[in-house]
Amino acid sequence: MTTLVLLDHDDDGTPRPAALELVTAARPLGEVHGVWVGDGLDAALPGLADAGVLIVHRLPADVWWPAALAEALHAVRSATGADLVLLASTSEGKEVAAGLAVLDGAAVVTDAERVERVEGALRVTKSVLAGTWVSTVEVTSPVAVVTLEPNAVRAEPAAAPSSPQVVDVQVAVSELARSVTVVRTPRQATGRPDLATADVVVVAGRGVDGHLSPVEELADLLGGAVGATRVVADEGWLPREQQVGQTGVAVAPRLYIGVGVSGAVHHRGGMQSAGTVVAVNSDPDAPIFEFADYGIVGDLFDVLPALTAELRRLRELA
Amino acid sequence: MSTRVPGPSRVGRGSPGNLPRVKIVVAVKHVPDVQSTRMLGADGRLRRDGGDGTLNELDENAVEAAVQIAAATSGEVVALSVGPADAHDAVRRALQLGASRGVVVSDERLVGLDALGTAAVLAAAVTVEGGVDLVLTGMASTDGLTSVVPTALAAYLRLPALALAAHVDVADGTVHVRRELDHAVEELSAPLPAVVSVTDAANEPSFPGFRAIMAARKKPVQELGLDEVVPGLTSLGLDPSMLGGRTRVLHAEPQQPRTDRVLVTDDGDAGVRLAAWLVDQRLV
Repeated sequence: MTTLVLLDHDDDGTPRPAALELVTAARPLGEVHGVWVGDGLDAALPGLADAGVLIVHRLPADVWWPAALAEALHAVRSATGADLVLLASTSEGKEVAAGLAVLDGAAVVTDAERVERVEGALRVTKSVLAGTWVSTVEVTSPVAVVTLEPNAVRAEPAAAPSSPQVVDVQVAVSELARSVTVVRTPRQATGRPDLATADVVVVAGRGVDGHLSPVEELADLLGGAVGATRVVADEGWLPREQQVGQTGVAVAPRLYIGVGVSGAVHHRGGMQSAGTVVAVNSDPDAPIFEFADYGIVGDLFDVLPALTAELRRLRELA
Repeated sequence: MSTRVPGPSRVGRGSPGNLPRVKIVVAVKHVPDVQSTRMLGADGRLRRDGGDGTLNELDENAVEAAVQIAAATSGEVVALSVGPADAHDAVRRALQLGASRGVVVSDERLVGLDALGTAAVLAAAVTVEGGVDLVLTGMASTDGLTSVVPTALAAYLRLPALALAAHVDVADGTVHVRRELDHAVEELSAPLPAVVSVTDAANEPSFPGFRAIMAARKKPVQELGLDEVVPGLTSLGLDPSMLGGRTRVLHAEPQQPRTDRVLVTDDGDAGVRLAAWLVDQRLV
């Protein structure tokens, strides 16, 4: 069985962290084929070889728009006979997944945390209802399109490296897929990891009261991203694109630290797949303490500087 | 291939000033209140019998966007929902928020539709309605949060999809959208007809007053069964027997909290103890 993995990458050809996580998740399921859009593949090939990718299907740069990419992936999937297409659970990844699933008549599951093959059948596990439930489905159609949460698996090299074969694919994209005119302005790099895929996320809530420096210092020490609750974005303390929640960025870090975050259900919907949840809040009745793995009832302006200083001290000792 | 939704000719529907009137369908869904205790049933599907149902709050932004565009274009807003009997409640709320009439697709044979099946039935109903210039949806439903329905709906209708609009307006037969993604900000435009999903940043939904609630009672709501949308499915090349059954739920259970959870009150050294715990758990 073949799994097709969409290899997201930066403009300079560096694969996004999620791409290698997807390859790692795909390896136990069968042969792994990658799909690469545009330039920069040559520089990425050694990494893809270490990850065990057998074939990379290279698409022209102009199919990046989700509707066009769905059509191109449909063509590659049909040609390879792959029974699974794996994409990253980003907003664009889910758009591509939906369009592709329609073209392929496939099952679609978004925000998956685990994909397995049991007696030939694909099983997908995910958190639902703001992280309060977990459900596992079995795919009963011939093809499945699955978007996998960032950090759901840790990227690891294959037991034996491959020597990936590059296949250039020409696709005729429909007029419909070209009917949207797009003017795209890339965001300026923040110098911190990408919020949606970060391994560590420190989120500032209402409790920070406009004082972001304790949160940013901790995030920078941990090499993490900084997120905001809706109130923090509404107040303009952090930009809107850093808002974490069901209507903002969905995060799935290995470590989530909520600072002055109440943990309302709208926020929880955007971090339900986080691994370990740490919360610091002065209100003992804050809902976040109902699901935090480590909760501290206290003044964040005391706890955070002490935490950061102690982590720095331990790091210097090591 | 024409991308126009099949339906009655729009000739003769001119409005004052000869600007074309925009006919908008806004897709809405009834969901359990996110503040209530939500659970999955033995079949792995969401229990909808809790009584704490409401219009998906993210659909309020779609209705508001539709009402604003309709007001600017002398247009019409049709609220459309697919679902069990409670779909009427979602449509009724949309009528209170300013939609002019409603369509509910409800049929026992549609129980347990998956997201793609729902998108297909919505697409069929839009086709049966006919003459539709713009389909608006919320960015996701607060129950499933799959966010695949808007894009799938566009794909079934073979219309452009402009997802996650933080701003949307219509001028001269073209829809303009701004969307704010993780890595970029995009300005999109496409000729009508098109499908647009809006985020909660697109507008501030109005709260209906007594007058709007009373007026909504008199607005017509059409009920369609599966048989009445089958022609729409057929014209889109969709097989009515292929609306679900792509996955089967094996297990669904409440998330088990970790048994070693820690909750402490800071008495001066909580930060230092947390640092030790993070190191111990190999998280830093």
